[in-house]
Amino acid sequence: MTAQFLYGGTGMLLFVLGIWSFLVHEPLVRKLIALNIMGGGVFHVLIAIAYRGDDTAPDPVPHALVLTGIVVAVSATALALALGRRLDELKLRDGPDADSPAPQADPSARPDKRAGGHVDVA
Amino acid sequence: MSPEVLAFAVAVPLLGALLAVIAVARRGSETAASPLLNRVGLVTATLTTLVIAAVTASVWQRGTLRLEIGGWGAPLGIALQADGLSAAMCVMANLVALGISVYATGYFKSPDKALQFWPLWLLLWAALNGLFLAADLFNLYVMLELLGLTAAALGALTGSRDAVSANLRYLLVGLLGSMTYLLGVALLYTAYGSMDIGLLGDALQTPDPIDATALVLMTAGLALKAALFPLHFWLPPAHANAPAPVSAALSALVVKAAFYLILRLWLDLFAPLATPGASQVLGLLGASAIVWGSWRALRAERLKLLAAYSTVAQIGYLFLFFPLLAAMPDGPGRDNLIAALVLMALSHGFAKSGLFLAAGLVQQHAGHDRIDELGGTAQTLPAATFAIALAGSSLIGLPPSGSFIGKWLLMQGALETGQWWWVVVAVIGTLLAGAYVFRVLSHAFGLEPTPIRFITDARAEVPALMLALISVAALGLAAGPLWTLLGFDAGGDA
Repeated sequence: MTAQFLYGGTGMLLFVLGIWSFLVHEPLVRKLIALNIMGGGVFHVLIAIAYRGDDTAPDPVPHALVLTGIVVAVSATALALALGRRLDELKLRDGPDADSPAPQADPSARPDKRAGGHVDVA
Repeated sequence: MSPEVLAFAVAVPLLGALLAVIAVARRGSETAASPLLNRVGLVTATLTTLVIAAVTASVWQRGTLRLEIGGWGAPLGIALQADGLSAAMCVMANLVALGISVYATGYFKSPDKALQFWPLWLLLWAALNGLFLAADLFNLYVMLELLGLTAAALGALTGSRDAVSANLRYLLVGLLGSMTYLLGVALLYTAYGSMDIGLLGDALQTPDPIDATALVLMTAGLALKAALFPLHFWLPPAHANAPAPVSAALSALVVKAAFYLILRLWLDLFAPLATPGASQVLGLLGASAIVWGSWRALRAERLKLLAAYSTVAQIGYLFLFFPLLAAMPDGPGRDNLIAALVLMALSHGFAKSGLFLAAGLVQQHAGHDRIDELGGTAQTLPAATFAIALAGSSLIGLPPSGSFIGKWLLMQGALETGQWWWVVVAVIGTLLAGAYVFRVLSHAFGLEPTPIRFITDARAEVPALMLALISVAALGLAAGPLWTLLGFDAGGDA
């Protein structure tokens, strides 16, 4: 029971830390890490509530939710990174608005030219 | 009609999206794939709308439809459910989406944009139908995320710097909102061990602090996605910089989906917690949204930015209903308020999509959408101008539009529950809306030679006109059936 509260409490703490970090930091990568920490917090809570005592098997439903949540978080992070890279390229080129191909959802579709795009989004 | 039809409402657009991707791969070059893609898109759009028509007809005749997918029952399985409210939202969303699809076949001039548009658009459509029909909180979360991801990707489709940065912000804000919502869901599961809205609603009779925390988290997360003032800051740049058919979908449908979810939670799930005090907060935010959004729309220099700020204001009206609903006892008066709320949401969906589609055509023809330089638009694009005027009359709430009846019942409800201050807000909002709509029209009707022909581009103007016309004529003059669909006495004592 203590372990369950420890996990759940840590999850809440991570969620709050994530929100704080998301709100105060400007660069895109830091915002994304903050969002993933928030998500990690929620997943912590879900895993903690699956615990039903040492003798009983854990509740499978929250586990399934965490798996789905991870898939969603990975896709969202990928899309945000792709948009961020696109924005970086446009900023480097500094200008022409039209006639540029839209960003792709799959970041692996483009060869990596620069590592880690720091982008202002606020 | 067997409940299996519900699955097709999600499956058909999803399959269409996959087909669209395959069509691109099989044709090889982008130019060769473009006409095929338009055909795949239109066929999918028509089929999906027909499925929703069948769902609605069935709900109309026999009440709520429910499908336990794969035969797995409530605590474990995933269920789809259509009641009057979801059917009404689905009909609006699918008619608007059909209009947008017809418009999109002619809108994208370069084939690579059409290529990127169709799969994402059909995926967004699947997420919308899934969201309106979902019966459990986690399925709703998945659909919300799918909606947010496709909406942000579509909004950035033009690839311009403004569009990419606005939609990146939209994506991040949306993620923040859905994570907050998910924590609320986790808390509810901790307390009640279920995700099903019906089961949770039954269990949640005596509110405790966990329920209140879940309500606050879920409402705040969704209000961020619904762009409720002061969480609306991301909306105007994201909606104003997207391609016209996408702007129409974002403003008319995507924002409305988050709102629908708040309404669903407050009506079905957290009814014991929806006290007058808590709903006064929502009403106050709604009132601020009306005044601020309308004011910014009046000051906007571009037509699409005006339309986007007007969405902020119109979302505000929907939240004005919450304090009235909390104070109104059960009965025909409350039924009328709920129906009026849905009617306003539907009218705004049709009117705003029509406005954005027409504005897109104006922008393509004039090469810009600066309101001060729109002189002569009434002569060059008479049908598009007519669509803007029709949609505008619905945004103001002029008779015989649906939002006229909605606003009338809103003010009636405010007076009946002794909350006269909401009437003042509604009147101010209406005056400001009149000002910003007539500001556009006064420029559009500058003196120029008489028009050569009424319709300039049928594929763009017919959907815009139809949508604007539905918001005024169909919903205003024939609003009665909505009461029947929602399961209330038709017409009430309105």
